[in-house]
Amino acid sequence: MTLVQNFPFFCIILSMFSAILSFVMPQKVAKYIHIAMVSAVFVLSLGTLSYVAGTGESYTFMMGHFPAPWGNEIRVGVLEALMAASFSIIMLLSVFGGMAHVEREVPNSRKSLLYILLDLLMASLLALIYTNDLFTAYVFIEINTIAACGLIIVKKQGRTYVSAIRYMIMSLVGSGLFLIGLSLLYGTTDHLLMSPAKEALDEIFAAGVYHIPFVVIAALIVIGLGIKSGMYLFHTWIPDAYGYTTPTCSAILSSLVSKGYIFLMIKIFFRVIGFDSIISRYLVNILFVLGLIGMIMGSIAAIKEKDIRRMTAFSSVAQIGYIYMGIGLGTTAGVVAALFHVVAHGIMKSQLFISISGLIDVSDGKQDPHSLRGAGYRSKIAGVAYTTASMSMIGIPLFCGFVSKYLFASSAMTASSGKLIAAWIVLGISTILNTIYFMRMVIAIYMPVDAEMRKAHGIVPSRTEAVAMAGMILFNIAVGVMSPPIIQALESGIAMFG
Amino acid sequence: MSRPNPNYENSFWDHFSKWLKGEYDPFKGRLETKTADEAVSGDEKVRDVDLRLADIGKYHVDMYEEGINRYVGRYRKLYRFLSVFIVLFFIGLLLWTVSALPGYGNPHEPENNIVAERYIEKGLKETGAVNIVTGMILDYRAFDTFGESCVLFAASCCVLFLLRVDKDDDPHSAAVEEMNDRHYEPRNDAILQKAANFLVPLIIIFGIYVVLNGHLSPGGGFSGGAIIGSGLILYLTAYGFEKTQRFMNEKVVKALTVCALLFYCFAKSYSFYTGANHLESFISTGTPGDILSAGLIVYLNICVGIVVACTMYSFYTLFRKGGI
Amino acid sequence: MGAFLANYEEVTAIILFVIGMGNLLLQPNLIKKIIGLDVMDAAVYLFLAAKGYIAGRAAPIVVDGILDAEHYINPVPAGLVLTGIVVSVSVSALMMALTICLYREYHTLNLDEIMMKLRKEED
Repeated sequence: MTLVQNFPFFCIILSMFSAILSFVMPQKVAKYIHIAMVSAVFVLSLGTLSYVAGTGESYTFMMGHFPAPWGNEIRVGVLEALMAASFSIIMLLSVFGGMAHVEREVPNSRKSLLYILLDLLMASLLALIYTNDLFTAYVFIEINTIAACGLIIVKKQGRTYVSAIRYMIMSLVGSGLFLIGLSLLYGTTDHLLMSPAKEALDEIFAAGVYHIPFVVIAALIVIGLGIKSGMYLFHTWIPDAYGYTTPTCSAILSSLVSKGYIFLMIKIFFRVIGFDSIISRYLVNILFVLGLIGMIMGSIAAIKEKDIRRMTAFSSVAQIGYIYMGIGLGTTAGVVAALFHVVAHGIMKSQLFISISGLIDVSDGKQDPHSLRGAGYRSKIAGVAYTTASMSMIGIPLFCGFVSKYLFASSAMTASSGKLIAAWIVLGISTILNTIYFMRMVIAIYMPVDAEMRKAHGIVPSRTEAVAMAGMILFNIAVGVMSPPIIQALESGIAMFG
Repeated sequence: MSRPNPNYENSFWDHFSKWLKGEYDPFKGRLETKTADEAVSGDEKVRDVDLRLADIGKYHVDMYEEGINRYVGRYRKLYRFLSVFIVLFFIGLLLWTVSALPGYGNPHEPENNIVAERYIEKGLKETGAVNIVTGMILDYRAFDTFGESCVLFAASCCVLFLLRVDKDDDPHSAAVEEMNDRHYEPRNDAILQKAANFLVPLIIIFGIYVVLNGHLSPGGGFSGGAIIGSGLILYLTAYGFEKTQRFMNEKVVKALTVCALLFYCFAKSYSFYTGANHLESFISTGTPGDILSAGLIVYLNICVGIVVACTMYSFYTLFRKGGI
Repeated sequence: MGAFLANYEEVTAIILFVIGMGNLLLQPNLIKKIIGLDVMDAAVYLFLAAKGYIAGRAAPIVVDGILDAEHYINPVPAGLVLTGIVVSVSVSALMMALTICLYREYHTLNLDEIMMKLRKEED
């Protein structure tokens, strides 16, 4: 085994190690440890990606001295490495983008705790991406939940406690469903690792019985993860959770935490249930319908919302609807589109949340459209970042949002004709609704105002924040322009999954 | 129809229904209780509590007064009905699933169960642990268990985040005042202290025994750590914070937790690294049955025990006084 | 019906699980929600423990050097329960800490009332 193959394991252990070490470090050091750790994870993941893309084969890495059905293991392929790399870079940019806010809004004595939680979040996301074991996935889901709850309460106000408790309740129901589904699955297959469990399931299916009970079990797991990722119907915690915490945490919660669960769900579909088995065919139809409803209802709720941060949070409901629609198409092309959107939405949403915080800062901290008029003049970089992110969300060429919309539309053609028509119509309507609420805000922030209003009222974004926003804009365009190799990597990754 | 009972207020059913609704306190008027204000006498506090009670009353009126909020009553009935309906539906669905599934694990055919079979038949040789469950969670599936310790660590960070009272918080705020539970501490309670003198050493020694014998008998880091933690909590209740803080303060707890977790992290990284790269590991399993056998397991158990004991103790102190 | 009686531990576990989940989701009182959460988790552990148990076999601790899979029960569910208990302890502690903070802020444990107060504050 070459050294490169150890990199994913190093990433996970490194992030846990830095979390533990930060517990006794002063807050400045904890911050530097976190930044160094995330950068290291990014570099190591790129190394893994180039190695796996070069060999064209996935491999498993034993966590201990015992092979597959006995010991824990992680599994590395192109898809996992790509996700790890993009998650770490999004996290790095979000942390830089909201750093000044963290300095202002989080009490001094608690900053190092915030960085510990961010470290643990990174560890759990990496473990969810790489794991090849269902029970490991459960344990790290819980770490993810607790760390995310910590991110919601960093501001320590009454409002954030309410958001946190609502988030926790929904999430705990989700993990409870996942756990009982897992126990039932273990009860019938006697395996916890994904590949042996799949073999055992295939054997049971080959007998041609027990389809419906297994649909219930798989549905428990999928719905559990769906609740945690904010699928429509179970999305009620989203606007509260994203809307009131500090910008870094909003960006990370919306662009990474929910995506970790979605990636795990796709992994379970392919590596445990089998994406072309009969069970998946039942389940993806449910996901498809929920995704379509979410796309419309999320956008309508966003249009009704006055507060700009809550509006962006509701737009997350719609965007997660897109992802579920992609999975729900039931074809590999649909899943590729969904996975691309996982990355693209991560970039766009973090950019939106960070730039919004910049806009609010120069408008006396007010969040309604009226007070935000002319904010684009007051803070140039935040205005440009918000506008580009909105254009990307709407699906204007050159940005990554366009590519994912294009992929959704084209992958719908691989599905049945009923799904094709439904997907196209809803995509069209949803794009129009997106345009309405994003362009309304863009027009508001570039409303011509008098010279007095063009001066910043409040705090101008710091240099780190400006650099982070510029980095996000560049990253957004880079992913949009250089999408073909990424799509190719996703396709080969899916092929390695089976 | 029977006549309404004129003495309904004092009847058993009234008490029972009140108890069900949570309005009735069976201990009211029967226990010797001391209210919070006696300990912290002062007009300021009393007025604060009065204002708060009035505030709660106002919200109750707003919520439940039929005239103001007519739909609340109807909504509550519908809500109750729906809750019962949903719960029954789920019970039915899951029971049907469970009963329709193929037989559970088929205990009479061990070849169906290759995982458990290897754990039992080779576990003693491969891990050196007599207790197969300990061998399984600390060697075969050690990554899960490391994750589990991190869950505990993450939760204690979050609780610290929420409940710790800091120097930069306003010392006179209501939350800080309320958080400081020292007013209610029993002071020099002879019975409690005598009992604690006798019990605490026993409990802690028993906890240490359970931790150290984790690989030989039922028990292990988590159960032993919880026992040690409960011993510390008993000592704290008997002797108060000042005495306990001489040996268990925030610095000690933090240092212990970090050292234990770091050792765990390094030990397991070493064994994962050697395992995955097929390198020879210098850790030997020793003679099964000895106290210092089973390779790393006994040390890992000690680490888990320390982490759990510190976390349990710090949960308790954070909940009671907002600081370790 | 016979299947239900034969597997009565599992049936109990399922019923408890759903009751716990119902409480966690639908109770307005925060403390009762936490109790619901604990019932739910305990039900899963009961389910796993019942699954690992095989009548007439010993606990998986090697005694007298007998290394025969026929002699011991399945050790895997026991390990899962052990890990799961730690997770549920952490989550309950976090929920209780949140409840304390909410009570200090709003002086009530009823989530509906808290939401009502919030709506009033925002208006």
